[in-house]
Amino acid sequence: MNIDYSQEAPAIAGRLSLAEIEELVARPLDTKPDRKYFIALSISGSLLLIGAVCLAFSFYYGIGLWGNNQPVGWAVPIVNFVFWVGIGHAGTLISAILFLLRQKWRTGIARFAEAMTIFAVMCAGIFPVIHTGRPWLAGYLLPYPNQHSLWVNFTSPLLWDVFAVSTYFTVSLVFWYIGLIPDFATLRDRTTSKIKKTIYSIFSLGWRHSSRHWQHYEKAYMLLAGFATPLVLSVHTIVSFDFAVSILPGWHTTIFPPYFVAGAIFSGFAMVVTVLVFVRKIFNLENIITMDHLEKMNKVILATGMMVGYAYGMEFFIAWYSGVQAEQFVFINRAFGPYAWAYWIMVSCNVIFPQLFWFRKFRRSIPVMMVIVILVNVGMWFERFVITVTSLHRDFLPSSWAYYTPTIFDMGILLGSFGLFFTLVILFTKSLPVVSISEVKAVAEGAQPTHHGGHHE
Amino acid sequence: MNKRLFGIAALFKTPDEIIRAAKKTVEAGYQKYDVHSPYPVHGIDRAMKLKPSKLGFITLVFGLTGSALALLLMYWTMSVDYPMIIGGKPFFALPAFIPVTFEVTVLLATLATVIGMITFFFRFPENDHPLHDTEYMKKVSRDHFGVVIEASDKHFDESKVREFLSSLHPISLEEIYYSEKETYPVLEPKFVTFLVVVALVTSGVTYFSLNKLLYMQPFTWMMEQPKLNPQQPSTLFADGFGMRTPVQGTVARGFIPYPYMGQNNPTEVLQNPFLPTKENLKLGEAKYLTFCSPCHGNFGDGDSRLRGQFPNPPSLHSSRAREFSDGMIYHIITNGQNIMPSYASQITREERWAIVNYIRVLQRAKNAKSSDLQVVNKETGNNASN
Repeated sequence: MNIDYSQEAPAIAGRLSLAEIEELVARPLDTKPDRKYFIALSISGSLLLIGAVCLAFSFYYGIGLWGNNQPVGWAVPIVNFVFWVGIGHAGTLISAILFLLRQKWRTGIARFAEAMTIFAVMCAGIFPVIHTGRPWLAGYLLPYPNQHSLWVNFTSPLLWDVFAVSTYFTVSLVFWYIGLIPDFATLRDRTTSKIKKTIYSIFSLGWRHSSRHWQHYEKAYMLLAGFATPLVLSVHTIVSFDFAVSILPGWHTTIFPPYFVAGAIFSGFAMVVTVLVFVRKIFNLENIITMDHLEKMNKVILATGMMVGYAYGMEFFIAWYSGVQAEQFVFINRAFGPYAWAYWIMVSCNVIFPQLFWFRKFRRSIPVMMVIVILVNVGMWFERFVITVTSLHRDFLPSSWAYYTPTIFDMGILLGSFGLFFTLVILFTKSLPVVSISEVKAVAEGAQPTHHGGHHE
Repeated sequence: MNKRLFGIAALFKTPDEIIRAAKKTVEAGYQKYDVHSPYPVHGIDRAMKLKPSKLGFITLVFGLTGSALALLLMYWTMSVDYPMIIGGKPFFALPAFIPVTFEVTVLLATLATVIGMITFFFRFPENDHPLHDTEYMKKVSRDHFGVVIEASDKHFDESKVREFLSSLHPISLEEIYYSEKETYPVLEPKFVTFLVVVALVTSGVTYFSLNKLLYMQPFTWMMEQPKLNPQQPSTLFADGFGMRTPVQGTVARGFIPYPYMGQNNPTEVLQNPFLPTKENLKLGEAKYLTFCSPCHGNFGDGDSRLRGQFPNPPSLHSSRAREFSDGMIYHIITNGQNIMPSYASQITREERWAIVNYIRVLQRAKNAKSSDLQVVNKETGNNASN
């Protein structure tokens, strides 16, 4: 098959007019949800409920209900935290980094990916807080003047995490909202319902599509993208510091920051593809979220998967090359010890299966894509599991070695976080435009002046 | 009815037309005009001759403020207010402060940029602008492009503007008026009720969570735990007591059994194992003042501070008391005498001997010989008595 890669494929397929784009995106907001919607919502809601019940038990009886115990004090809660923060990274990458790189294809998927960022960070934020066992005292994590005249430890990576994740959440939310303002205005001007109009008016702040405003708006968008880009890299770097700044073999490595960032983008893109495949089908957005977009995301998955694979290899090399016995033991124990099953799930899901994306046919096949991205999601959860648990379960004192198994409450809370994520995603699809209307209009065919910059009469 | 004109709007269908219209409007000398489009049209700011956005200055100033504030806070808390060595790092551990500095910089710069843009550059929220709810706004919100020339422009003349805009071949012209009567949505009963309800709910929830919820299970600061606290009953044991008496013959750590308990006869076998060193006497003084002085008086004169609530003991300076051996005094403290109870459980063995030493000091001071005085004068360099 001959494909001409010198010509960029149009960002929007099907030669849609501006009004058609708007109709397409706004339709889910104008129609009543159907039965399928409620079925999906009830499934995700049930998962959320399972998580809530498990959490209620955990708080009432204490977190002894979980499997965490010496020597594996950091277990599934931290695995889940890192997993969800990683999922979030794709959204910022698509909305900010691809924006700075002038990638037009991001417009169709940016809004959804940003929403997923926000929801994923919400899921992530739950875990460190519940891991403290007394989540209602989470305020102690912030530096505030108090009668004990105590301050938080600013030299601790765990405290950096508090700042990184909360800043990341705030900036993502603001970035998302800024993108939504013109869309709220568009929705305000097209709706006939009075209640909806009031709500949209409040959130649009009175936006009137003025070119004088667009000028500042575009500037702000660029500035925010410029900030979000180093921010997203810093967040997973700092998350990796939680491990790398310790002196535990298997954690104490300088490769962790880039390795974690690549892994985050890898898992995040996998999750975005997982969800978008359904969304484009259900809401008939095949022309806006095109097969080309999915293919590009699959290429990113392939590239970051290779980076993650390189990191796996390099960890082993450094363990051997450093000559540190404890380090070598941890890595041999990882691959051939009691948790070998988890390690090989991780390697096959993250490194081996994504290799199918070398073939264009598989990159553009929805079923193949679905299987691979779900495997990647599984594999990335296991990556964090392997890093956390295998480094801890056999520590320096062989008498305290143990085999960690999560309890039913651990798993219930993990299910609950998926429930929260998908509940929010499902609610989002019916309450806000899942695609940025104004951005997609701007990249539609004939949307920009023929004489760029208007120098000619 | 006298409607006030806000401006005249012209609608166009294509981006090329709006670029041309914007240029012509600038050329015609209008200043108070605006162009509206459903998305940012490339090149429109050049056509409108807009100056570059100054938004970046807000970002710069607040970003730097964020860095400075974060560094200052960390410097003050970690190096000044509560300096503590952590991981062998210096009090001002700059590399460890970089992550937080970066995050605060980004946070402050982002929030300031957005809030500054919305409030200062846009003057938002502004839902009562005359352009809202017009046909024109509905069209430019969707897929049209438009120019509005405002009546407040100094060259504004209704017929001339109309003529000028028509010359641009728009698809339609629309006059935009200010709304006839000013409305204050903030004062609407519905909105006020909403605010009151929000205020009541917020304060109610806050009161409940701070004053009630925090004292309920499981928020009670781990007050209720399955473990047994001292003095609590337990159904596990037949006698119903939670606390257990130790096995016969159990000796507590650091506890040396006293074999002369209950005996009246002072034992000459007890030898004071401590020399009256300065430290030992300090300890003895402290313990004497705490445990003995309430009845025996600060100097052992038997002048009780208890004002008759407990019988006054005899003076420690009687010849009988002065002739007691160290072992006898120790025995009395340990065992008690007459109505004086045993202090064995309150005062440790070492402290009891220290008290004995201190009592000896008091006795000697109250009955000092002239030779003692000479020693004191020699040591302090005082020769008042000579």
